[in-house]
This record gives sequence, C-alpha cells and structure tokens, in this order.
Amino acid sequence: MHPDSDHLHVCKVDVGKEVLNIVCGAPNVAKGQKVIVALNGAELPGGVKIKKGMIRGQESNGMICSLSEIGIESKFQSEEDKTGIHVLGNDAKPGEDPIKYMGLDDEVIDFDLTANRGDLLSILGMAYEIGAIYDKKVKDIDLSHKEDDEDINKTFSLDIKTDNCKIFLAKRALNVEIKESPDFIKNRLLASGIRPINNVVDISNYVMLETGQPLHFYDADSLNGKIEVRMAEDDEKLTTLDDIERTLTHDDIVISDGKRAIGLAGVMGGLDTEIEDTTKNVIIEAAIFDSVKVRLTSKKIVRSEASNRFEKGLDSNRTYIAIERACTLLEKYANATISKGTCVYDKTEKEDKKIDITLEKINNLLGSNISLDEVVNIFRRLGFKVEAKGNNIEVLVPRRRIDIDIQEDLIEEVGRIYGVNHIEGKLPVVPTTPGNYDKNLRNLRNKVIALGLNETLSYILVNEKEALKFTKDNFEPIKLLDPMSEDRNTLRYSMIPSLFKIYEYNIAHGNKEVSIFEIGKGFYKHGEEYGEDLKLCILMSGDFYIGINNKKQVDFYILKGIVEEMLDSLGYENRYSFVKPKDIPDEFHPGQTADIIVNGKKYGVMGLLHPEVSENKVFVCEINLSKLLELKTGKMKYKEISKFPNIKKDLSIVVDKNIESLDIAKLIKKTGGSNLTNVEVFDVYEGKGIEEGKRSLAFSLTFGSQDKTLTDDEINPVIEKIIAMTEKEFKAELRK
Amino acid sequence: MKEEIAKIESEAKEALEKVDSTQALNDIKIKYLGKKSELSNLLKEMGKLPKEERPVIGSLVNEVRKKIEEAILEKEKFFAKKDLEEKLEKERIDITLPSTKIKRGSKHPVNRVIEEIEDLFVSMGYTVETGPELETDKFCFELLNLPQGHPARDMQDSFYITDEYLLRTQTSAVQARTMLANEEKSPIRMICPGKTYRREDDATHSHQFTQAEGLVIDKNISLADLKGTLEIFAKKIIGENTKIRFRPSYFPFTEPSYEVDISCFKCGGKGCNICKQTGWIEVLGSGMVHPNVLRMCGYDPDKYSGFAFGLGLERIAMFKYGIPDMRYLYANDVRFLSQFER
Repeated sequence: MHPDSDHLHVCKVDVGKEVLNIVCGAPNVAKGQKVIVALNGAELPGGVKIKKGMIRGQESNGMICSLSEIGIESKFQSEEDKTGIHVLGNDAKPGEDPIKYMGLDDEVIDFDLTANRGDLLSILGMAYEIGAIYDKKVKDIDLSHKEDDEDINKTFSLDIKTDNCKIFLAKRALNVEIKESPDFIKNRLLASGIRPINNVVDISNYVMLETGQPLHFYDADSLNGKIEVRMAEDDEKLTTLDDIERTLTHDDIVISDGKRAIGLAGVMGGLDTEIEDTTKNVIIEAAIFDSVKVRLTSKKIVRSEASNRFEKGLDSNRTYIAIERACTLLEKYANATISKGTCVYDKTEKEDKKIDITLEKINNLLGSNISLDEVVNIFRRLGFKVEAKGNNIEVLVPRRRIDIDIQEDLIEEVGRIYGVNHIEGKLPVVPTTPGNYDKNLRNLRNKVIALGLNETLSYILVNEKEALKFTKDNFEPIKLLDPMSEDRNTLRYSMIPSLFKIYEYNIAHGNKEVSIFEIGKGFYKHGEEYGEDLKLCILMSGDFYIGINNKKQVDFYILKGIVEEMLDSLGYENRYSFVKPKDIPDEFHPGQTADIIVNGKKYGVMGLLHPEVSENKVFVCEINLSKLLELKTGKMKYKEISKFPNIKKDLSIVVDKNIESLDIAKLIKKTGGSNLTNVEVFDVYEGKGIEEGKRSLAFSLTFGSQDKTLTDDEINPVIEKIIAMTEKEFKAELRK
Repeated sequence: MKEEIAKIESEAKEALEKVDSTQALNDIKIKYLGKKSELSNLLKEMGKLPKEERPVIGSLVNEVRKKIEEAILEKEKFFAKKDLEEKLEKERIDITLPSTKIKRGSKHPVNRVIEEIEDLFVSMGYTVETGPELETDKFCFELLNLPQGHPARDMQDSFYITDEYLLRTQTSAVQARTMLANEEKSPIRMICPGKTYRREDDATHSHQFTQAEGLVIDKNISLADLKGTLEIFAKKIIGENTKIRFRPSYFPFTEPSYEVDISCFKCGGKGCNICKQTGWIEVLGSGMVHPNVLRMCGYDPDKYSGFAFGLGLERIAMFKYGIPDMRYLYANDVRFLSQFER
C-alpha cells in the first residue's frame, strides 16, 4: 500500500530489462500478476502521454493499464476488466509486447460498401473481389466434420408456410460444451465490432462473418422437434432475447415450433429458445428470408449484422456452405457431435446466371476501345465462366453476385476492373441545338438586387401555426407525416414566415438594416389537389439610405417604389395599381397595407406588419410569380417622341382626406382627354390653413401633342373642366 | 474744356483705382458713363463751342469715354473672378466625410453557383428544366428504378406528406419528367437545379439542400462523354487546374454508376485538412442511365443511351467562396449575404 493513501498501491514491476517503481490505483492490482505497462514516453489512445512523476511522494515510472486505457471499448470488456486493470495469463513474459500476446496485433480495414454489393459483407466475398483485382484464386473453406448415424430428419421436421422464406436448412449439434471461444475467434469478432459471448454463440457470428450467411442457433431441447416458418398473426406476442415483449403484425415473418413463436426471422431470436450456459443440444438454422420483410421488421425492432445481410440479399449456395462450416467449428471448438443429414426446404435457383453481350456494346457504352481478350480475361478473373462465339460473349455469373442481372451490370464490371480512369474523356458528338433558360426570373432577381436587396435562401418547412399566418387565402396547410421537429412540421404557403424568421435572426445578431428578398416556392392543398407556386417575397426594415444628414428609413413608399420598378421591368408598366384590401390579414397594419393589382386581378400584397407582430417597422411584400408571369406582356417597342414641347400646369385642390389620390388622378386623366399625357401628385399637405378632416393635393399635369405646340387657349378650358369635375365628384375646392 | 476733360479722366482713373466692390464699381459706371454723367453733359454743351473746335473736343470726349469704359470692363472682370473664387471657396466641403450609401443588393452564393452552372451548360446547348418540389413517389422513385420496398429507398429517408406525395429527395425526379414530357422521344440535353429534402440534419447535412441534375440522352452516348463533360464542369466551375476521378458506385437509376471526386481546390491534391489528407473531394454522383429508366420513360434502350449526374451545390458554393460551415448558407445573416455583391 502507498504510505500516504488508502487506495494507491506502490508496485515493483519487472518490465523485462529492469524493475520499476510504479504507483497504481486499481482495486484489483495484486502481487504476482502479469500486467500491461505503459512506460515513460508512451502515448496512449486519446492522447495521454506517460511521464515519470511523483505521486504523493512516491516515484512512479509508468502506468499499469486497463483495457480502456489501451483503447478497447468498454462494451467489449468483461465486468472485471471494466473496473480495474487487465490481468494477463501466467505464460506472458515480462518485457513482451502485450498487444501481440493478446493476439490484438491485427490490421483492420474498413470498407465503405455500396448498397448493391451485399456479397462483400463476408470475408469470402472480399476474397473473391481481391482475387479478381490481383488475379489470384480463392481457397476453399474447410467444411470437414464427422456425423453420427442418427438422421436428423427422423426426429426433426420443417414446415415452411410462407413464400417469404425461400430456403431453410437445419442441422443438429449434440452435446455441445459451452465455454469461452478460442482467442482467434474472440479477437476477430472484436475487430468486427461483435461482442464475444460463448463459443457456440460466437461460432454462429463467426460463420456469418466468414460466409455472409446469418445463422441462428436454438436450444434443441426447448423445441418440439419441429420448426415452422409463417407470417405472424396481427397482435401476436413474442418476447425477444433482449427480454422485451413485441407485438407482431401480419408483415413480420416468425419462426415457430408449431405451438408458439420462437423468433423473428432474420431479426432476433426469442428468449425461450436462446442458447444458455446449460444448453446441451443445438439446432442450427441457415435460411434466407425476404429482404423487404426483414427490413420492415428490423426497422421496428433493431438493425443488426444479420438483418443487414438479409436486406442486401444472399446466395443460397452460401447457405449450404455456412451450415456445414458451423458444424465443422462446433465439432472442433465445442466438442459437438453432429447428427447425420440436414433438414432441407429449398425453392431457390442455384445455377449461374447466363448473360449474352457483345464487345461492341461494351465499348459503345464505355466509350472505350478494350479488346476481346481483355474483356474475356476480366470476366475470368471475376470468377465468371465466359465463352466468346463470334460477336457474342456468353457470360455465366455465379449466384453470389446478386448485383449482376443485365448487360449493363457486366459492363460496369469490365469498366471497374479495366479502370475507369483509363478511359479518356471526350465531349458528346451531337447535333447543335440552342440552349435555353428562363430569362424572366434571372432578370427579376438581378433587378431586385440592383434595387439594393440581399437575396436569402430559406427553409420551406415551418411550424403549422406560422404556416397559417400573413394571409387570408383559403388553403389547407400541408403537414409532414413524420417531421423531424415541431418547428418544421408543415410546408409553407406564404414565404413571409420564412423571411420573418430570417429578420428575427438578424435583429438578434444586431443587424438593424435588413432588406432581403427571395424567390421560392409556397405550397397548398385544395381538396385532394396539391400544388406549389413560385413566389417573390421582400422584407425591409431599418434605414434604407444612410448618409450624413441624409438618412431615410424604409417606409411604405420605398417598398412601393421597388415593387413598381420590378413590375415595370417585367413589362407590366401602366397595368398595375395598389388598392386597399377588402380583407387584411391580422398580421398586417390595417392602415398601411395594399393589394397589388395587375390587369384588375390581385397578384400580391404589400404593407407594414402589425405592431403586435413587430415593434420595429417591418415592411413585407409577396407576389405570386407563377400566376403573374402567365400574364403576357407586349414587346418592348419605340414610341414616337413629340417634336413639340410639353406644357406643365399645377393644380392644387382641397378634398376630404379619406379620398384616395388615385381616384382623383384617374378622374383628372379621364377628363383631360388625349392631350393630357401625364398626371402626378407632387405635394400633399394637411394642417394649418386647411380645414380639419381635409387635405390639399397638388397635381402636376403634363399636356402635349404630336401635332403642334399647345396654347393656353387650348389648355385652360380643359383645366376648367377638370376643376368642375373634381368639384362635382369629390367636392374638391381649389386651394386658395 | 480740354482741362475739364483731363480732370474727368484723372478723377475717374483715381476712383477706379480705389474701387473695392461690384456695387462701388456700378456707381462709378453711372457717374462717368451714365446719361447724366459729366462727359454726357460736355457733349450736350458742344453746341456752344466754335464750329472748328467741335470735332476736336468731340473726339477727345469719346476717346476718354472709351478709356474709362475699358478700365471699368477690366475691373468688372476682376470682380467677377473674385466673386466666383469666393463662391467656390464657400462651397468647399470635407470630401472625407462618409458617403450617402446607395444600397447595393447581393445574390445568394448558392444561386450564384446555380447561374454559373446554368450558363456553362446552356452554352453547350442544354436547356434548363424545372419540376415540382412536392413530388410524387412515381417520379421520385418508381420511374427511377426504385420500386416499392427497394432497399436503396432507405439510403434517403424522406419527408412524406401522404403515401403518394413527398418532398423530392433528389432533382433526378426531373429526369423522368423531362423524358416523359418529350413526346417525340428526341435527344435530350438538360440541366435542372433545385431544392431537395431529406430527413437528416447535422453539421454536414441540412434537411433542405440544393442539387443540380444533368441528363443527356442520344444515340451513342458513352461513359467517355460523361467524363469529358464533367471535366469541363470541373475546369469551368471549380478552377482550370481541377482534375476529376471516377469511383465505381451504386445508384439504382444509373448503371454503371460512379461517384466523382475533384482534386482538392485548396492543396491541389497534396493532402490537407479540407480533403482529409486524401487530395480528393467527393462532389457528385453520376452514371449511364439505367435501361429500366429509359424504358419506363419511353426511350428504347437498344437505340438510345444517356448519362446523368447530380451534384450538391452547397458544397460547390463552400469551395468557391471559402465558406467554412454549410449552416451559414441558411442562417442568412445580412453581414454574410452582403459579401456576395460583385
């Protein structure tokens, strides 16, 4: 014991060349143990460096290690190893490499496999692949074992009641001796991420890693001499070996002993029939279950090494190899006696797949110039039987290559082994045709950017409540069946919620000047019909012009100006107006909101957000581009400019302040006749000198003619008429 | 009289020498050249002179008058220049004060990449196609050789709305739409940029992202054509010295299928932290259109072949502009956005 501590030990450790003083805090350290020592200067996984030091006054020259400290995950460790240092066997020699002693000095290569190459989920499959690449032959697996005289078929039977099981093989191993697996099995399982349990369970996993065929072992004495495969009843119950009671449906394949379900095929065994330390006799199952059914069931229960292999597809030739291999290993490492024969249910095809192809087809699709000899050689290296007759190449593909069915699959193999990077790139030789893209959208985007707005890219998924805001349109929000979060469970209808979120983000980050826009989709459902519209959304807040004594906050009229510029640039000049909406969405200011009308129809809305939505002044606009861009526009065309000068006249009238200027301007225009070419409001005034409830509007009238210079004698009567009409229609008075 | 004239001349000369303002100059002008000036009076009094003296005095007066006029004009010019100089001096401003900012907008980096890609492919005769983002199972999966229950459907967990409708997981849906819409079954060259959606969200994946899909269908289209086209893409969009590498892969809608890497734009292939020391960066998936897809979309696979490719545009934007985190693209901080205004 350490003199100054009740849990530290001061150990004398023989590290081969010398005996070191090492302080150790593990509870299980004891005299005479063979242990793993990290010496001064060693660096352990996780970056810990070992240095000579003093621990509570005692010199320490290294560290006695636990398995965790040398990088073995705790899920692979025994209970004893998890709580203390790892104790090696007595035959370990001081000074030796402990990693080598434990058989862990192995290389592990991780492969990132594509979904179609299920055949590579085994050492055997990998061997064929590497054999093809290096042009080497693959050795056969040792399947040799003895069998007794008692044929399994006399006492055991299969009853396969569903098409979702195409092959089912069963063999019996008697008098197994359950113990720890030999180190090579344990270490290879560990390296593959599988926890060793006991020799029998480990062998089932080991054979799966070797051959790719998952196996399941049952305690033979808990079965009734029978295995049945069928679809589960709805609401049928099964307690799986993780001790959870599962409720099944008619889509789950179950294994039964004729009386009760004893396992979920391809996914997990049942608790009642699992291999325990007391198990004597084992039934080995090697079967192939429907990949889709296994996938659906495993998605509900657990994805495992086995279910993954069923999902990717298996070769039934391998099913026979796997069950024999399991017998070989059970005999060798569990002293089992193997019963004679195999229970066989087999509806699978096992002969090679025949595919005819031509050299021309291969070279045409690859754009290559590979010779016939080379192609034949590639197929041979892959282990395919191949025969070239004239133009035709007949290829026989073994069933293990579940990914190969058609000519193109063979062409891929040729390209792969030949080396795609040896094929020279070229541009397609095709007839010239004009390219094309939607210029309208591009122009619109550039226009709005030129007007000073920053383009955003927002998420279309919003919260359901948000999706209903900023609009009074009639639609049903579209909800996701399986959202990732409540925040994003609904497709937006309006883009305003998306841009308002961006606005809030910017305000939270201290950005007060936010003038943004986006062209994106809004989604709707009317009855059973789904649809989506392209929309333009603008949001503006803060100062728009910033200068010394020259600041200008965004207001309704700046946004209106931007919308007008945009509509003009799309070709809708003189065809739009801004009118007070009949039904203003709750999120908008009732006095500063307008419908955007083009050709007499509503295409959008713009205005100030309601102070209850945002304390800061935030202006937004949304236009349905899908609908707007359906409106045809005239060609851009030159109009004759008059040779005669225009004459401008001002007209100031006082009217009730609720009368909208546009109505008066329309009346003036109508009354003014063809010589009145333009009417514009240039001043608005209310207050001192103007009667309460009224305002003064000053219009600038432009007169002009293509034929002559107009005189006052021609213009004045028109102005008189305009004054009379505004008086009649709007009770307007001339401003004194 | 001659003396009088000489006196007027010298007085005027003296007065003009002293004059110090435009106003005073005007007074002098009236005094010596006005209708009531002494010179004018002298001329009026000429009648009183002997006949032979009249022309002499007359010309003398006019001579003096002309001299005074010239002197005044000179003074006027001097004052005008002085006044202008004073005015300009008064109007002097501090040119170093900040400007009045004329707002200049900016284009989102992902859309900049979209436009660049569109321009490149349009220049090679491609058309830009679009399709719905709320797509049906038929176009997103079935017509792309991914029937119900296909394990590859697992690779891309999707946002379903109903059993039939989903947010498209890939712009490849537009492949099928374009082929089916082409009633003459004539050759196709198209590119389709657009938004796509998958059920994933982490540091390198966003549940919403942007892809561009390319499709070429014609007689005798080969893998070499795909390779050459993508080489052009890499050079023009990523950078002139960019190399590409094909790795065999698997996609249900192409056969053969390849993932394509570009040489690392940062280290040029030597290995750095961007390319995880490999020298290569994965940017796109591609392949030769699967005969099942051609057949289902009305093209005879014995006559036509084609290639297709799809790439993630966020990654391209990140490479091009050195953006370290994909989430910046969707945060839309105006300090970020306004950097892309060129």
